[in-house]
Amino acid sequence: MKHVHTIVIGGGPAGLAAAISAHKQGVSVLLIERESKLGGILKQCIHDGFGLDRFKERLTGPEYAKRFIDELDALSIDVLLSTTVLHIAKEKEGYCLDVVNADGVARYSCKSLVLSTGCRERTSRQVFIHGQRPSGVYTAGSAQYFMNILGMLPTRRCVILGSGDIGLIMARRLSLEGAQVLGVYEAKPTPSGLTRNLLQCLEDYNIPLHLSHTVIKVYGDSRLEGVEISKVDENMHPIPGTSFRVDCDALILSVGLIPENELAESLSISLDPKTKGPFVNQYFMTEKEGCFICGNALHVNDLVDHVSYCATKAGAYAAQYENKKHYDQPVQVEGNFGYFIPQRIRYPLGEDPIACYFRVNREMKKAKFSLIVNDQIIYTKVFHHVKPPEMEFLELKQDLFKGAKTISVKMEELL
Amino acid sequence: MKEMICIVCPNGCHLKIDASKEEIKVTGNLCPRGEAFARAEMTCPMRTISSTVKTTSSVQPVVSVKVSQEIPKSKIFDVMDQIQSVVLDHDLDVGQPIIQNVCDLGVDVILTTSFRNG
Repeated sequence: MKHVHTIVIGGGPAGLAAAISAHKQGVSVLLIERESKLGGILKQCIHDGFGLDRFKERLTGPEYAKRFIDELDALSIDVLLSTTVLHIAKEKEGYCLDVVNADGVARYSCKSLVLSTGCRERTSRQVFIHGQRPSGVYTAGSAQYFMNILGMLPTRRCVILGSGDIGLIMARRLSLEGAQVLGVYEAKPTPSGLTRNLLQCLEDYNIPLHLSHTVIKVYGDSRLEGVEISKVDENMHPIPGTSFRVDCDALILSVGLIPENELAESLSISLDPKTKGPFVNQYFMTEKEGCFICGNALHVNDLVDHVSYCATKAGAYAAQYENKKHYDQPVQVEGNFGYFIPQRIRYPLGEDPIACYFRVNREMKKAKFSLIVNDQIIYTKVFHHVKPPEMEFLELKQDLFKGAKTISVKMEELL
Repeated sequence: MKEMICIVCPNGCHLKIDASKEEIKVTGNLCPRGEAFARAEMTCPMRTISSTVKTTSSVQPVVSVKVSQEIPKSKIFDVMDQIQSVVLDHDLDVGQPIIQNVCDLGVDVILTTSFRNG
């Protein structure tokens, strides 16, 4: 059995940043990736717009990943590619991992662990579409893989369900390659993707966006021949008598992402039903001592820059981790939050500002964030144009949480 | 008064553009790039495009590319025609051009992933 100080699982943007950051703290690091190349989903995200926060440049996904892969190589950080983690066990001090690759099965032990396993796409099964299972029903990410990695056009004439960012980006990509995108249908009354993608991916290519509509049925036996679309009410239930058929050879689903937490769950780490990722404290540590999490496995981010930022912190905390005497105080969430991270604050407090990530539960022109400690408002900040698809970020000084018996955060609309 | 959302960065500023007078007046932008964007949208909208080019490799059948600078929105499909007509058959690194001065726009099409003809 080999021992390393910190093991990072997943070599996408989060894992790359976490491994580099942990290494810079002077500890031994091992990065484990199941695919044959590092970079995660960035490899197929060939569009630009990555890195504006971090590098002040508009990079494509592969270019953004390369910045980190080059740094990882320069630091000679150990990486296991094409390697799957079979099992993780919590030991008295640290963790024990069984991994498998072409060399066989191996066991590693570590003091701290970083889970950077990313997220998965929701599929047609999770959105209850009736009909046969013909070919031609793709998640946006698999359509993207076909086009950008394999060089195959998966459709000539398609309908996109869901207005998530990947769906919008695929609408543009398919149009550029000569496929016809008949329309993007969204069950919610508001678009899910970033506003800039609505403009540069749909409006630029004259692709219509139909809100409050969903696909209720697919036609075709071996290959998709059409979809049945229905209007939906405010509870997203189809309205009888409003449905119509659209002929197409593919249905592309962009209906949301879910943090990938099979490994976390195997350690009996409980998940926040709002984020679908583990509960964490301000050090991005899950409820299992020494097990840290970052990136899309923690919560689905809109921007990779945030993933890298959070992972850089999580990697450093994992490297510095000592099991000292501590207690955790929960953060109560009030008002118009969709979710709020961290869900707990660990005492004794540290010195780093606390990175907070949150989403609101509805669109608000102006909203006030308040931090309430021991029933007193001790910090407020006003946010403009907040909406559920756009994640908000805020850093709070740890001093603010001194001597807290109760902690709550509140988001309220300002009229 | 025209309203639009700036797409330069993910902030997505809500811009208000007053083009009634000779000089275009922009408000609502958090940075100067927003003003430049609004002016360009009113006169000659510019976009970047990313795509893939075919290769002779079976391991890496396509390789990702982008335009080195923004191109006029009206030229997007002309540039795409050029991108679709190339086949890459030799090693090339990230940032190197595969098409120079595409459609006489003074812009190159460059690789965003390295290509090794293996």
